[in-house]
Amino acid sequence: MPAATEQQKVDLREPRSWRRAKNRIATVVMVVAFVLVIIPLGFVLYTVISKGASIISGRFLTATIPPNVLPANVGGMGPAVLGTILITALATVMAVPIGILAAIYINEYGGRRFLTRLIRFMADVMTGVPSIIMGLFIFAIWVIHFGYSGLAGALALGCLMLPVIIRSSEEMLKLVPEALREASYALGASKSRVTLTVVLPAALGGIVSGSLLAVARAAGETAPVLFTVFTVTAANLNVFSGPNTTLAAQIFANASQPYVGAQARGWGAALTLVAIAFILMIAARLVTGRVTQAPR
Amino acid sequence: VTSHSARADSAGIAGSARALTERRPLGDRVFQALALVAGLIVLAILALILVSTTQQSTSWFSAEGISGIFSTPWITTPGHFQLGALTFIYGTAITSLIAVILAVPVSVSIALLLTEVVPYRWARPIVYIVDLLAVVPSVVWGLWGILVFAPWAQRVVYGPIASGLKGVPVLGNLFGPGSNGAVYGASLFTCGLILAFMITPIVTSLSREVIATVPAIDREGAYALGATRLEMIRGVVWPHSQGGIVGAVLLGLGRAMGETIAAALVIGSSTQITSHLFTPGYSMPAVIANQFGEAFGEFKSALLGIGVLLFLLTIIVNVLARAAVARNMQRSRGA
Repeated sequence: MPAATEQQKVDLREPRSWRRAKNRIATVVMVVAFVLVIIPLGFVLYTVISKGASIISGRFLTATIPPNVLPANVGGMGPAVLGTILITALATVMAVPIGILAAIYINEYGGRRFLTRLIRFMADVMTGVPSIIMGLFIFAIWVIHFGYSGLAGALALGCLMLPVIIRSSEEMLKLVPEALREASYALGASKSRVTLTVVLPAALGGIVSGSLLAVARAAGETAPVLFTVFTVTAANLNVFSGPNTTLAAQIFANASQPYVGAQARGWGAALTLVAIAFILMIAARLVTGRVTQAPR
Repeated sequence: VTSHSARADSAGIAGSARALTERRPLGDRVFQALALVAGLIVLAILALILVSTTQQSTSWFSAEGISGIFSTPWITTPGHFQLGALTFIYGTAITSLIAVILAVPVSVSIALLLTEVVPYRWARPIVYIVDLLAVVPSVVWGLWGILVFAPWAQRVVYGPIASGLKGVPVLGNLFGPGSNGAVYGASLFTCGLILAFMITPIVTSLSREVIATVPAIDREGAYALGATRLEMIRGVVWPHSQGGIVGAVLLGLGRAMGETIAAALVIGSSTQITSHLFTPGYSMPAVIANQFGEAFGEFKSALLGIGVLLFLLTIIVNVLARAAVARNMQRSRGA
């Protein structure tokens, strides 16, 4: 017996074969691929944080946007912070309820009908529509008739968020166990009641998390905002009329400026925007974490 | 006898189900209608995008005609309009091609690393880090690209490569200095590279989803026959997920084609068609973003028309991509 084990060992391990070497090279290539991703990511985050942190302050986040020629220590990005929050919030208020309702239709009412599959497929396709197209779309149907406004920007961002919310909510509704629905029907509840009071609460954590991720993406979008909101330097509290501005639009405007002050304010705005996106993303992860723990 | 009674039972259930639906309260039916309308909004938006933007760009389509649209001159001086989109179509094609060529090997490698190599508890942090690439907004990539990366690359990377490859047959045409003997930081290659960073997360996550559907029993079978990991990947994972990975690549291509703001900042904004990748060019979304604000009349209609072309292109690419992924998933579920 010991001799046989010895024999087997030799056969299985095959020391220093070309096959094993190739296998090791392949593993190294995979790790190198991951390192290739870390390098630009680290480079970008380092630059944004080091250049942005030197200018950012409470005053920067609230002061008005000065003319581009002025140095970095003058003014800030107040109107852009305000515009970003107002416009993104308005887009969220419009897109989230519609998105969840559409997901409810696909998962709860649609069945395997052609229309249901078409809506699901088109929502997938719509996530790939370039954001600038949403800007042109809202320009063509809204801005031409009613002029630039925060609302127009929110409509464009809402169109961008809608398919993302539909698909993520649908995935969450799919995870709700069928037994929960059947138990509620057995108690005599109507379908709408079951959906609203049993299925939706069970999937809520995942839906909130998916929506937060959609909001994080929308807050950083520039292209749909350019043709719908315009870019102004004065704060506009009325989100329903008159041109407005957002952090992303201001960064785009400042990036092509030759003035050091304008560029520095651009970096400050970039750090603010990245921070907003990160906070929303972490919030989404926390919500998911809490929900996935709860049933156990 | 049993089959007969079962049929009678199911008929009875179907009958009572019909009776129940007939008695459904009004609120229930209103809610269902609301949900249906919400679902239809998706289809309505897609249709409206096509109709409204095409309507606004008809004057360009009729003034230029097919041959005018696919020509190179882009003259926006009032009264002398010559608005051909070929330069931008070329720029979009070349930059998204660079992005895909750079991003796909990296993304598929990371997907394999996640599914085949690292243990589960390491996979999650790696996914988070790759996804961070997508959390950085497009405009921040552009800001970094134009103010930090482009000047550095021009001096340290593009310059030496270009002077080294000057006059070499094929490589000289691609990576050599441009017709005026210079290389630029804001160039087609910089744009393609930054687009590659931006599409890596989506290509990675889709490839991973596809690879994860490879049946465990096939993997184990290959290992049991004595295959190394690489041999298992080539013999089992690759044939199984080929189609789905093609879908993931197409999806990345669609994203790269439509990426606007980063491209608008780093592509160099020059209306030339050139094989030299280290010199500036222009892409379809970039020209819309940069010139829309100052455009009017037929000029504006031309930019909207370029938007229509871009919309149609990305829709076609996305439909193909989703169909490829869906088919791959369906086949693996059936197996």
